[in-house]
Amino acid sequence: MKKELAQNQELSEVAENEQPPDAPASNNEKGSKKRTKLIELKNISKAYDGETVLDEINLYINDKEFITLLGPSGCGKTTTLRIIGGFESPDIGDIFFNGKRINDLPPHKRQVNTVFQKYALFPHLNVYDNIAFGLRIAKVKEDEIKVRVTEMLKLVNLSGFEKRNVNLLSGGQQQRVAIARALINKPKVLLLDEPLGALDLKLRKDMQVELKNIQAQTGITFIYVTHDQEEALSMSDTVVVMANGKIQQIGTPIDIYNEPVNAFVADFIGESNIIDGVMLEDFKVRFAGHTFECLDKGFEKNEQIDAVIRPEDVDVVSADKGMLTGVVSSVTFKGVHYEIIVDIDGFKWMIQTTDYVAPDETIGLYIEPDAIHIMKKSEYSDMFGDYSSFSDEMDHLSDIVEEDEV
Amino acid sequence: MKHRSLFYKFAGSPYLVWSIMFIIAPLIFVVYFAFTDRNGSFTLENITSLSSYSETFVMSLGFSLIATTICLLIGYPLAYCMSRTSERTRNILVVLLMLPMWISLLIRTYSLMALLDNGGLVSTFLTKLGFQKLTFIGTDAAVILGMIYDFLPYMVLPIYTSLTKLDKRYLEAASDLGCNGVQVLGKVILPLTVPGIISGVTMVFVPSISTFYISQKLGGGSFDLIGDTIERQFQNSVTYHTGAAISLVMMILILISLAIMNKFSDNEGDMIV
Repeated sequence: MKKELAQNQELSEVAENEQPPDAPASNNEKGSKKRTKLIELKNISKAYDGETVLDEINLYINDKEFITLLGPSGCGKTTTLRIIGGFESPDIGDIFFNGKRINDLPPHKRQVNTVFQKYALFPHLNVYDNIAFGLRIAKVKEDEIKVRVTEMLKLVNLSGFEKRNVNLLSGGQQQRVAIARALINKPKVLLLDEPLGALDLKLRKDMQVELKNIQAQTGITFIYVTHDQEEALSMSDTVVVMANGKIQQIGTPIDIYNEPVNAFVADFIGESNIIDGVMLEDFKVRFAGHTFECLDKGFEKNEQIDAVIRPEDVDVVSADKGMLTGVVSSVTFKGVHYEIIVDIDGFKWMIQTTDYVAPDETIGLYIEPDAIHIMKKSEYSDMFGDYSSFSDEMDHLSDIVEEDEV
Repeated sequence: MKHRSLFYKFAGSPYLVWSIMFIIAPLIFVVYFAFTDRNGSFTLENITSLSSYSETFVMSLGFSLIATTICLLIGYPLAYCMSRTSERTRNILVVLLMLPMWISLLIRTYSLMALLDNGGLVSTFLTKLGFQKLTFIGTDAAVILGMIYDFLPYMVLPIYTSLTKLDKRYLEAASDLGCNGVQVLGKVILPLTVPGIISGVTMVFVPSISTFYISQKLGGGSFDLIGDTIERQFQNSVTYHTGAAISLVMMILILISLAIMNKFSDNEGDMIV
């Protein structure tokens, strides 16, 4: 299992046949140039006070890639980033940079720069001096520094801010200064630790686009840490989903969304109905008292599985035409669609539909074969996927920005 | 609500009464005495006559500057080391540092005197080791040592506080941007702890420039710092007016130097004093 997970390619190969034709190609296939491994983590484990934070992490990061470490608070993503930055060293395992072991290399000798969670701009320096900091340490000549700082300020849309006091900048501006301060050193890799966590939603969306553009312009490898799945999906070439100190899945955003490997990933990325089922034979699965056609194969006969059905993939039809029937228990208007909770034999499904249905109405559900994704049973089975306790409030709680984690 | 606001209105009044009686009124007396002669009529003579004390002023300034500098040189590294230890060790070290402050300054100075006196512990020990008989009391070094000994904790504590308050992320950011250990110290830690340094310098400089008992006890009576001069003037009712004038000028000098130092702290507003 672990070995499979460690290989980015294998997973994306599995996903290939099911990708919609208009989907962007995964990072592994994009471009004709062969990507080179820039950073490699081998069997990394780390514990604090006997508590395991990272458990045998295997991961490689390609040159010029935008890779995101995604997971809930305390999953080990920040620790992984700090190990790459040199602020922590692994208890077990090795980290390689361009094929060279760098376990014991201090941060100031690594070709890596970091954008810290709360920016950590030097309060005693103005915008110009903050950005020039790294170059001055590297003893670059002042006239060259001037040229490069000006260039950087332009890149992050802060031209004319040279003399400003960093303490008086808005969150978004501080963010840009932090990015400029890191990028000006032309690092091989830029580490970003929840860089947009402190910004409001609108600004966050803008900065996502900007970051993506900057990455494309500079061609620097970005390693991005976030707990926001939407952010991860929209920005990354590769997403690494982590939980409990372990890598759950590595793949392109599309792979991760369409082909989650287990109930944790399915639940964490987007909304999912996860239902206990039995794989009767190839392309035939039974759950919720009905036998469905599906596109998955390679399971044992009558193997217990988890079936994932995304809320937007279910068609609402009249009760007599449905494969399944259920009673609508709640309807919430979400702008683009309605989010309805449907009770089917006691299991609550979430369904997103653009047609209004009334609460307590009995409706039919129709599920296409390609809307069903089958996953092997895992330690996360039966923990997620039922919306019986679902409420918007709960959803908002989990959206609250994470504080610094170890 | 009304009741509460009334309470808050008067909560500060005991201190107000106190400060009027013991701070403001005496200050007015000082000013009054400084500008009057024995008959109570206005004169500038007290101030103009101070030129004869300029040497004392300069010497006091020199002594306190040396003491402050040495305190800073000892205090900063000490505070830095303390701030780097584990929380447990750190608390023990802070208690150890504060311990002498629980004893009266006067008693500490007396005990230092006993140690340094001819026939005191230190000279006995040194003569036993074969050194020639050494005299400490009455030397410049003894007075400066006394100042350092008495006031060092006041240098260490504010610096220590600003070091422990320093966000670790700044240090990580600096080393991320290419600083080695020494550069992190020079480019980030030192500049960010300037407010602590200013507080410490103030808290050592002000008491050492105005001290009189340290120079009296450890100077063996041969020292005349500005504090001693003021004390002497007030022991004799005839020279009250000169004493008041010296006090006034010294207060103004201290205020000016505080203002200059505050300028250095760059409005970061972390002043502890």
